[in-house]
Amino acid sequence: MSGRVLVGVKRVIDYAVKIRVKPDKSSVVTDGVKHSMNPFCEIAVEEAVKMKEKKLIKEVVAVSCGPQQAQETIRTALAMGADRGIHVEVTGKDYETLGPLQISKIMAALAKKEEAQLIILGKQAIDDDCNQTGQMTAALLDWPQGTFASEVSLEGDKIKVVREVDGGLETIKINIPAVITADLRLNTPRYATLPNIMKAKKKKIANMKPADLGVDITSRLEVLRVDEPPQRQAGVKVETVEDLVSKLKEAGLV
Amino acid sequence: TFSFSFTAHGLTDEQREFQKVAFDFAANEMAPHMAEWDQKELFPVETMRKAAQLGFGGIYVQPDVGGSGLSRLDTSVIFEALSTGCVSTTAYISIHNMCAWMIDTFGNTEQREKFCPQLCSMEKFASYCLTEPGSGSDAASLLTTAQLKGDHYILNGSKAFISGGGDTDVYVVMCRTGGKGAKGISCLVVEKGTPGLHFGKKEKKMGWNSQPTRAVIFEDCAVPVTNRLGEEGQGFNIAMKGLNGGRINIASCSLGAAHASVQLARDHLLVRKQFGETLSNNQFLQFKLAEMATKLVASRLLVREAATALQENRPDAVSLCAMAKLFVTDECFNICNQALQMHGGYGYLKDYAVQQFVRDIRVHQILEGTNEVMRMIISRNLLTESS
Repeated sequence: MSGRVLVGVKRVIDYAVKIRVKPDKSSVVTDGVKHSMNPFCEIAVEEAVKMKEKKLIKEVVAVSCGPQQAQETIRTALAMGADRGIHVEVTGKDYETLGPLQISKIMAALAKKEEAQLIILGKQAIDDDCNQTGQMTAALLDWPQGTFASEVSLEGDKIKVVREVDGGLETIKINIPAVITADLRLNTPRYATLPNIMKAKKKKIANMKPADLGVDITSRLEVLRVDEPPQRQAGVKVETVEDLVSKLKEAGLV
Repeated sequence: TFSFSFTAHGLTDEQREFQKVAFDFAANEMAPHMAEWDQKELFPVETMRKAAQLGFGGIYVQPDVGGSGLSRLDTSVIFEALSTGCVSTTAYISIHNMCAWMIDTFGNTEQREKFCPQLCSMEKFASYCLTEPGSGSDAASLLTTAQLKGDHYILNGSKAFISGGGDTDVYVVMCRTGGKGAKGISCLVVEKGTPGLHFGKKEKKMGWNSQPTRAVIFEDCAVPVTNRLGEEGQGFNIAMKGLNGGRINIASCSLGAAHASVQLARDHLLVRKQFGETLSNNQFLQFKLAEMATKLVASRLLVREAATALQENRPDAVSLCAMAKLFVTDECFNICNQALQMHGGYGYLKDYAVQQFVRDIRVHQILEGTNEVMRMIISRNLLTESS
């Protein structure tokens, strides 16, 4: 297989940040908060760049949807070795309601436009934990999917994917073109090097809007409320086994 | 992460990328090991080589000899971020960078090609040799002699407190080829393994324990004339030019320590309870934290301004570098010390990182020119300027 890989990269609140809910309970605070590339997207970029270094594919295109700042995330992908970027501009209320369905429609449209042979995404984003975009994108394109990938290899005109599933590891072979979603153990993403960061400045990022791709990004979901997790309640110490059993019975648990 | 926006304020997108790599590298590759490197006195060669692979071995060295060709400001941002992972290791990396730059800038084609690529990749490590047992602040009175004999200089004398000494490969040595004072000093590159090059015992230090410090001793050590950087008598000038950048680097390392310490103190205040509430409700501690954060931001602005002045070769660059070194190393030590105090008894335990930041940056007020010498430089420039 030779050809083009699309890699989706999402700008999320950095994993180390302490999340705070807005006083109006509408969402979490993002202003002035440190953002970075979703860790699973970093793994996706790394996998694509490794494939290119092994000469299995020709071009890695990094895609991000969002406001102006999404370009920072694309630049990070370029600094890791992606060849060019596509920024699909979505701002304001549209950005707040952007979810897996909208992204997968955009990715599917781009895959057709760019004649991509492979889409690699992170298995999920660490902000919404949806774990849907890869699967929906494959469905919209009617492509096979290899999700939760911990190992990916090309075997002729097929892709072998080892998947991390609840029971252990599952190995499947799927046709190209396909959608892969990256799990934690797929690889260890490289640091961008200083020279690569500087080279990335010269790489192109194309700008477009969802409408240019004929995609309707209206959301079918409405977020009613965002709350902090409930405070952990103090436990109760009991003296005897009989006390324990009676407390469990009181709580209706036995 | 504490006021990340403050650290990135005013930086270009590209500089934020450099900073991000440095912060990530510090958090993943250095911070988990900083205590062990300190307690076991390990020189983390492999980690530093990993850093060099990212371009940190010759940050402001020119690309044609393997450097990253970045600015002094880029460099300051990078060292500040790396220091949050380990001050001692970052400070050594900055000394290594200073030496690589001196060879890059003052060396001829053969010297640049021979030494710089291997230094930029950290295949080889460098040390800066100026201080002697008898000449610290009075650096120009150094006594190590280099007598010309045919096509070699014969070196005799000793250097003190050399960072990396004994474990490094390339020694940039200021020595006397001529008469008294600064004008009699030349700069020679001495390679490890040269007969007559010896090392003293490894010093036991309060901090900076991830880098060995030794005396470097020359006994009839023959160094080829082709290893001289620049002209005879130019050595002191080369040394001082190196130190201008070195002072910004050391100040940047202090910044990183203070940044990390304020974060640690803030987190501790939010968790530790006394008198029925978290320490963060105590007004004295709130005010103290505010003062620490304010001085940290002020320090950062001064270092970055000095870096920009040096990059642009402004007439006030030397003074600004001295001011930055003086102000920032003092203020940041106070910040780290205050952060330790806020931890109470826990701050004194080696299980907590804050004591290592305090111990590691204490020496920044002393080396690369004491803060007293910084005052000499600043006042001299003020008193001799024409108007």
